[in-house]
Amino acid sequence: MEPITVHTGKSVALMRNDIDTDQIIPKQFLKNILKTGYGIHAFYDWRYLKGSGRPNPDFILNQPSSKGATILVTGNNFGCGSSREHAAWAIKDWGFKVIIAGGYSDIFYMNCTKNGLLPIVLPQAARDVLAKATPEETITVDLVHQKVKYNDHEFAFDINPTWKEKFISGIDDIDLTMSHEQEIEDYEAQIPSFG
Amino acid sequence: MAQTMFDKIWNKHVITGEAGQPQLIYVDLHLVHEVTSPQAFEGLRENNRKVRRPERTFATMDHNVPTEDIFNVKDMISRKQMDTLKNNCEEFGVRLAALGDRQQGIIHAISPQLGLTQPGQVVVCGDSHTSTHGAFGSIAFGIGTSEVEHVFATQTIWQAKPKNMGIHVTGKLPKGVYAKDLIMALIGQNGVDFGTGYAIEFYGDTIERMSMEERMTICNMVIEGGAKSGIIKPDQTTFDYVAGREYAPQDMAAASEYWSQFYTDDESAFDEQYEFDVTKLAPYVSWGTNPGMSVPIDQPFPEPVDINMQKAYDYEGLKPAGQARDIDLGFVFIGSCTNGRLSDLEIAANIMRGRKIAPNITALVVPASREIRDEAERRGYAKIFKDAGCEWREPGCSACLGMNPDQVPAGVHCASTSNRNFEGRQGAGSMTHLASPAMVAAAALHGHFIDIRSEAI
Ligand code: SF4
Repeated sequence: MEPITVHTGKSVALMRNDIDTDQIIPKQFLKNILKTGYGIHAFYDWRYLKGSGRPNPDFILNQPSSKGATILVTGNNFGCGSSREHAAWAIKDWGFKVIIAGGYSDIFYMNCTKNGLLPIVLPQAARDVLAKATPEETITVDLVHQKVKYNDHEFAFDINPTWKEKFISGIDDIDLTMSHEQEIEDYEAQIPSFG
Repeated sequence: MAQTMFDKIWNKHVITGEAGQPQLIYVDLHLVHEVTSPQAFEGLRENNRKVRRPERTFATMDHNVPTEDIFNVKDMISRKQMDTLKNNCEEFGVRLAALGDRQQGIIHAISPQLGLTQPGQVVVCGDSHTSTHGAFGSIAFGIGTSEVEHVFATQTIWQAKPKNMGIHVTGKLPKGVYAKDLIMALIGQNGVDFGTGYAIEFYGDTIERMSMEERMTICNMVIEGGAKSGIIKPDQTTFDYVAGREYAPQDMAAASEYWSQFYTDDESAFDEQYEFDVTKLAPYVSWGTNPGMSVPIDQPFPEPVDINMQKAYDYEGLKPAGQARDIDLGFVFIGSCTNGRLSDLEIAANIMRGRKIAPNITALVVPASREIRDEAERRGYAKIFKDAGCEWREPGCSACLGMNPDQVPAGVHCASTSNRNFEGRQGAGSMTHLASPAMVAAAALHGHFIDIRSEAI
């Protein structure tokens, strides 16, 4: 996993609440057996016109100004609904590295931590400020100091130290866990069995 | 200090890590389906890893199943996903209930049925409705595909312990009102994120009287209220359900005694606690595009208070102050891991017995597993459904999500016993109205929703 310490990038604001994973990546795109290639389907129903399947010019991600954006600023309860990790893959594959929302569903949050997609929680007032960033401006996310900076604004955020460490080191989860293999074996040895 | 049942089970499973931080917990049972596992198996292969405990792992095919003719998988991508699962299970030594297998069905239906789900366990699956298994007094939650890979390789998972909410459910459910209405009412009244960050324990006399199937319906849908898990104390009903099943413990007496240690000491152990009286509960129907957008059958749809509600009305083509009975239904779906079990089919069959569905309705009845299907045929429910004009299908997720050929056409309203009514969930442009099996069966007969309490059942 690619480590993240400080990230500066362009942003896109999608200020709706309760954007569910069906909206992020509809189920017809879950049939792939790979982890990549979902970006072009991200937010499919909003992004493409019904019928013709052509890009909807009104949708923000289709506007040329969104090109190259790496930070998604959005509403509350982002990623609610099904557990599909494809939602995190789709957002990452589109090019986002950081999400700034009012909150996340638990599973979606975990999926972000597994894929090097940094999920940040900021209150509405802060996100309203960030949502005003123009395509020419950038936002800086400093994970080390837990701050989001934009023009003269600076917003502090909380993040669980374990997840923070993981993002900063980019370590493989399974290797980390297998450093506890003896403890896992000891645990297994004492599991009661009733036949 | 008083502890919750959830905490007691959790603490028994911690391998390493400090309280308050993500901890490494042991997974007793890992359930697998074809949609969320291919990338996880691929990850194992790439890194030369094995499935650590194949005997604690069980897989099936459910999401992609063509329920009309299960061996005729026309969609090439569906077939590829299912073939991939089959090959992966062979390669990694994982038990698989494949298409046509007597054990096959929706993963959340077959695991309890086979006695794999047991009290006191940690159960995970790459599927959000894994919460269903909490009905047995286990910690059960959905995980993402990377976590699936992690569980394959290590039989453990890093998790921060959620907070605990207790919901004390009291009173007798009125005639025509079911477990489904209870959980829909909770979500309808409190919103789709009231449970975020929590595991919710349901307890009280209403819950104690419930069958395992009713308890599963409730725990199944807690995820729609944002909760990670639902959990219900294991009791004699639980033990009796588990006993004698294929993978149940041989020594049930010893197992039951062990399981009986899992209970919440007292209500002070919960981080939050609520009371919920069901005495006056009415059947619920969803009108909008998330499970929180629902009303009692005798109440009008609410005024929109935000843009989300307005968008939902626009999508559904419905208006505030409208009534569920006026929704122009064209489709009925009875099935899913929420309400596709034998008791659900029994309720629906009793309503449809000797009657015909309305001419404007296409109705699919899809048992959640082959075992349920066979038993429903033995008991004559299948014949009742077919005589009524319903299609009687093979087990699978079917029209719960439009990922297989069973889809609700665009622009059509569907009365559904499933759990999600998101935009396009049952097929692009389809509109879903969640309700109990009784309400949905009655809607099939009348061609629109009615208040089931006024039907003699
Ligand atoms: S029946 Fe529906 S909710 Fe249940 S596992 Fe299948 S798709 Fe998911």
